[in-house]
This record gives sequence, C-alpha cells and structure tokens, in this order.
Amino acid sequence: MENLLAPPKLPSASSLRNMGPIAKREFRNGMLFIAPWIVGFLIFTLLPMIATLVFSFLDLKVTQGLSNIKFVGFGNYITMLSDKQVWNLGQTGSLGSIWITLRFGLIALPVGILLPLGIALLMNNKHLKGQNIFRSLFYMPFIIPFVASVFLWGGVLNPETGWVNRALMSFGIPKGNLPGWANDPNWVYPAYVLFGIWGIGNAFLTTLAGLQGVPTELYDAAKVDGAGNWAVFFNITFPMISPIVFFNLILSIVGLFQYFLVPLAFNQGTGEPGGSTMFYNLYLYKTFYTYQNMSYGSTLAWVLFVFILIVTAFLFWSARYWVYYASESR
Amino acid sequence: MLKKTLTSFLVTAFTTVCLALFLSPFLFMIFTSLKTTAQMSVIGSPIWPAKSVPYTLTDANKGVYTLQVNKGGTLVDVTIDMSTMVGKKVDVYSLPFPDGTTRTMAVIQGFQKGSIVMDPANPTAAPIAWNDGYFKGQPRALWEWSPTWANFPEMWGDIHFPDALWNTIYYAFTTTIGTLLSCILVAFGFSRFRFPGRDSLFILLISILFLPIAVTVIPTFTFWTQVTKLGLGVGVGTWWPLIIPSFFANPYDVFLLRQYFMTLPKELDEAAMIDGAGPFRILWAVIIPQSYPVIVAVTVFHIVWAWNDYFGPLIYLSTNRPAMPISVALAYFNGMYGSRPELIQAGALLALIFPLILFFAAQRFFVQGIVITGVEK
Repeated sequence: MENLLAPPKLPSASSLRNMGPIAKREFRNGMLFIAPWIVGFLIFTLLPMIATLVFSFLDLKVTQGLSNIKFVGFGNYITMLSDKQVWNLGQTGSLGSIWITLRFGLIALPVGILLPLGIALLMNNKHLKGQNIFRSLFYMPFIIPFVASVFLWGGVLNPETGWVNRALMSFGIPKGNLPGWANDPNWVYPAYVLFGIWGIGNAFLTTLAGLQGVPTELYDAAKVDGAGNWAVFFNITFPMISPIVFFNLILSIVGLFQYFLVPLAFNQGTGEPGGSTMFYNLYLYKTFYTYQNMSYGSTLAWVLFVFILIVTAFLFWSARYWVYYASESR
Repeated sequence: MLKKTLTSFLVTAFTTVCLALFLSPFLFMIFTSLKTTAQMSVIGSPIWPAKSVPYTLTDANKGVYTLQVNKGGTLVDVTIDMSTMVGKKVDVYSLPFPDGTTRTMAVIQGFQKGSIVMDPANPTAAPIAWNDGYFKGQPRALWEWSPTWANFPEMWGDIHFPDALWNTIYYAFTTTIGTLLSCILVAFGFSRFRFPGRDSLFILLISILFLPIAVTVIPTFTFWTQVTKLGLGVGVGTWWPLIIPSFFANPYDVFLLRQYFMTLPKELDEAAMIDGAGPFRILWAVIIPQSYPVIVAVTVFHIVWAWNDYFGPLIYLSTNRPAMPISVALAYFNGMYGSRPELIQAGALLALIFPLILFFAAQRFFVQGIVITGVEK
C-alpha cells in the first residue's frame, strides 16, 4: 500500500520477448482477463483525465456551440487566481469556496476519524453483551440512500419541528437561543457533520475487524508487564490498527475535498444559507453543469486533483512515522 | 462476579443509549410520515402522530356561574349554566395564566380576548375566566394517537413512485450484471496469473479509489451531450452513460473479489488444468463455485450502491423526469415542496425500505464483505 503512488512499472519489450512458453501463456491469459479493466481505465479514466487537462487550456462553453472553441493558454488558471468565489477571505457570505471547504473539513475530519474508532472500541469491549446485534445496527444506516439520510437528519434538525431543538427547549433553552442548524450560517457546518454521521459504517466495521485481529498474546504480555489501559491503547491497540486508521483517514480527506452532495441534495446547491455552503466542488459542479462552462470547470477540477495528489503524497510520506505495518521490521 | 455483571450492565446500557440516539432519526421519520399536515402546523403538538381530541362535559357540575370575561376589550359579566352543557364536546388547550403556570383547560365558551374555561381533571370545580388572549392561539393539550396513512399515496403519486421504482430496479439490475461479469474476470486475472507488471497495474487500479470524480466527469458529460444531439437515443436523458461503464470493472469490487480468490488453494486449479481445462473453464467450474460468499457480498453491495446512487443519475437524468430513479426524484420533490416535512419523510421511507430489507436479509454478507477488505490494509 505504501508505494501506491509509484508509477506502474510496465514490462519492457525485450523482457516480454525473452519469456518462456509458460510465462508467455500466463501473460496472455492474465492480460486477457484484466482487459475489461484496462479498456475501461483507458476510456473512462485516463482519456477523460487528459481531456480535462486539455479543456482547461481552452475556452469551451457548450452553450456557445463547439465551433467556437479557442485556445487560451493559461487564461483559465489566471482567471482562477483572481476568482473571488474561490479565494476570497472574508465574512461568511463572501468567503471563498476553498476556505469554506477547509473550514468544514476541519470540523468534519475529527468526527469522521474518532467516531468510528470510538464506536469500534465500544463494540470490542469484552463486557458488552449482544455485540453482533449492536455491530449490525451501528452499521445499518450506512446502506440507507444518501438522499434519504440527508432528509431524515434535515428533519430531525429542523429548527421548528425537529426533535433536537424540541429536546433543547425542554431542557430550558429559550426559543431565541436555539440553533438554526442548516438554516443558520453559524450552525450549518455542525448540522452537515450530523447529516453525514451515518456514513461512518464502513470505517467503523473495518476498524472493528482490525481491533478483533490484534493478537491476544500482545495484551497478555502487556498485562504481565503491568501496563495501564492508556498505555495498552497507545502502545498496542493503536499501532496494530494504524494501517486501517490511515486508510480511513485518506479516504475521509479525499472525500472532504470533494464534499458537495449534501448541499446539492438538501438545498439544490444554492449555497444557502447566505453563501456559506458554496463548497469548492459545488462551485465546480455549477460551473460545468449549470453554466456549461466546461473549460473553467476543468481548470477547477485539475487544481483540485493536483491538490489532492499533494496532500495524499504528504500523508503517505507521514505514514512511515506513525503507521505500523506488522509484516515489516521497524 | 457482581462487579463483572455490573460493568457488563453499564457498558451495555451506555451502548444502547448511544445506539438509540444514533438511530433516532428513523423513529422521527416514521412518526412524521404518519402525521397530518394539520398536526405539523400546530406548534407544540406531540412528536408522535396524533389528533387533538375534545373533552366531553359531564353532569358532575350543574351549577350556574357568572364570570367577568374579556369580550371585545372590556370585561363583561357572562352567565353560564353548566346543566345545559352536559354532553357537549369542547376543545382542550394549554393556557398560560398570569401567575406563570400553564394549565390544561377545556374552553367552555371562547371569545376573541377571553374565555370561560374549566379543568377537565377536576370536573366538579367551578369554571373560571381566562382573560389573556385568544384561546385558539394556544397549543392544544389533549391528543390521542392517530396515525394517518394519507401521506404515502400522496407521495407515491407526487414522485411518480412506480416509475422511479422501476428505473431504480432497472439500474441496479443492469449494473449489477455488468459489475459481476467484469469484476470477476478482472479479479481472476489479477489473482491467478503471474505476469510482469501485474502488481503495478493492481496498485494503479486501487489508486483510482482516491481519484476525484471531477477530473473525469466533465469530458465524459460533454461527450454524452454531443452524442445526444445525434438523436440515437443513447445520450443524456437515458441510462446508457451510467450502465456502460459498469461493464468495465470498478476498483472496489475487483479488490474484494481478488482478496477472496487469493485465499483459495491453487491445487484445484492445477488439477483441472492437468485434466485439460482452459482458464475460462477453471474460473467457471473451480473458482466461482467456491466463491459464493464473496459473490453474494459484491452483489448486495452493488445493488445497494446503485439504489442509493445520486450524482450519476442526477447529471444524466434530471432533464428526463420519467427516467429518474428514486433518489433523484426525492431530491427533486424536496426542491419543489420543501415545506411539507410529513411528505418528505414519507418519501424517504419509501426510498430506504428496500435497502433496509435487503440489509436485514443479507447482513452476514455485508459484514463479511467489509471484513475481507479490512484484512489487507
């Protein structure tokens, strides 16, 4: 997994020529079976990626017809550098989409990592009765349609009729101080974190599988040495599950950079309340889909891609300092 | 021993509370979908589906009373003979009183600024005057459990549920076939043959999991908008842009199948090969029969994924209302009638009922499937 970002080492022509008959057959059959993916990768991934890069150097708006395509060099990138919708630093409402995305990510990421870990630790507690039922039920919301779960949480958090505010009111919080959740620019990010809370199922189950795979001898040895609960967690449990936490961390971060489906489904991508939900990817989506500006959309897409690539590369580099692979010697 | 039982009880109770909070939106959805629009508009109405019920005046109090009631801004004497009221049905409200209390009171005679009220819990007590406003502005107090089913047929028609359901089933079915065919072949190729470049290609496959969709979607979408103009009926507004790619494998399911195929012993392959079986025959007769748990897992995962998919159908099908799947139709409906929470919740329930049933029928395979992917990270 560590060298995920290394370029694929394809065999040279001479090495293929020098293969024996068995190796040749293996190569032919192997390539035959993976051919559907190779073809799919070329047509549906590599070609569109290159086309996106090419588009970003053009002026291409579908509404103007395809005959008016012009080459504009780095024009779109220069436009982007001064695009207030992307970069503007300021109050909520005029904040650029990059800062909105980062701001939301800083709230959502800890929840997305710690909540599945916490539930998995709870499920792995030897005092818990009925583990299998709990495990199924904590995972279950993961399979609910995304749109339905957005509306369920949207309903629960409705400022007037939702249960959360009614519960807060019954605890004596005056009506004027109740949070406006998804209708209030100051509360919309926590509200969206709750909207997404049912997405933890996968991370929670993989973490739990990791916890159950930690050899019990390690715990027995720690007990003999007189280690406390925290010491056991930080010196045994966490290192042993760190590859899974790392994998979930990468998926969460990559997902958060692309975050936009919740505002799109919940309020049609209008950016409401007050422009506070115009996430980077939502802006990108509106650029290419609503305004049919393919070239500028492509520019935004490649900038996002390069950004994600850099962050992922940094994470893989950092992994050597905190992710423990049991099969390797440290 | 006792300490152990107590710890066990506390841990289980705590987990149950967490789970109840975690799943509470389901109960919210069920309750809200069974409410009437009338109940939704009443502030302070119960969280469960209910209708307000009247209180029937009894013969416990047959006295005659004269009370000062605010009628049109001034206090006037109103005389009321309780004996004429026996058997009358009156509405019950939660009324705020000047001493700061809120009391449950039946309104015997109500006017714009004041009312004659009585305590239904104490039918022998004398009625009193309540002069702090219009009683109809106050919340009803007496409710009984009364679910309505009317939201479901209404939502059924509004989101064109039969069409949406058929579209969703069609999408799930065709793409599941494509996914199974292609991913089994590709996973077989990656797990059963040794050839140069194999591992690098596999890493390339996995790395696509991290690729943002944005970097491929724009030219693909542009391509399909141009194909649409050819008038062949295969572009935007049809299912083809979503179905065709499913026949070219996806990294997630290939990974799942490959991990499982790797655990199968090679001896059976080799025995079949010595008997003269070709690779297709080995796959069909040796690998697939042994891989039934993982194939079921891929199938149920993919059905649920297709059922819940939102973005793809949104960009390719939102211009063609009759082709919309449930998820897109539900969001579309919310955009138009967002002010009717009871309908939205009924629609959400219609949308999630099938994946939920599938999950409970096949939960073993869901959990197992995830655990397979968790092993080698």
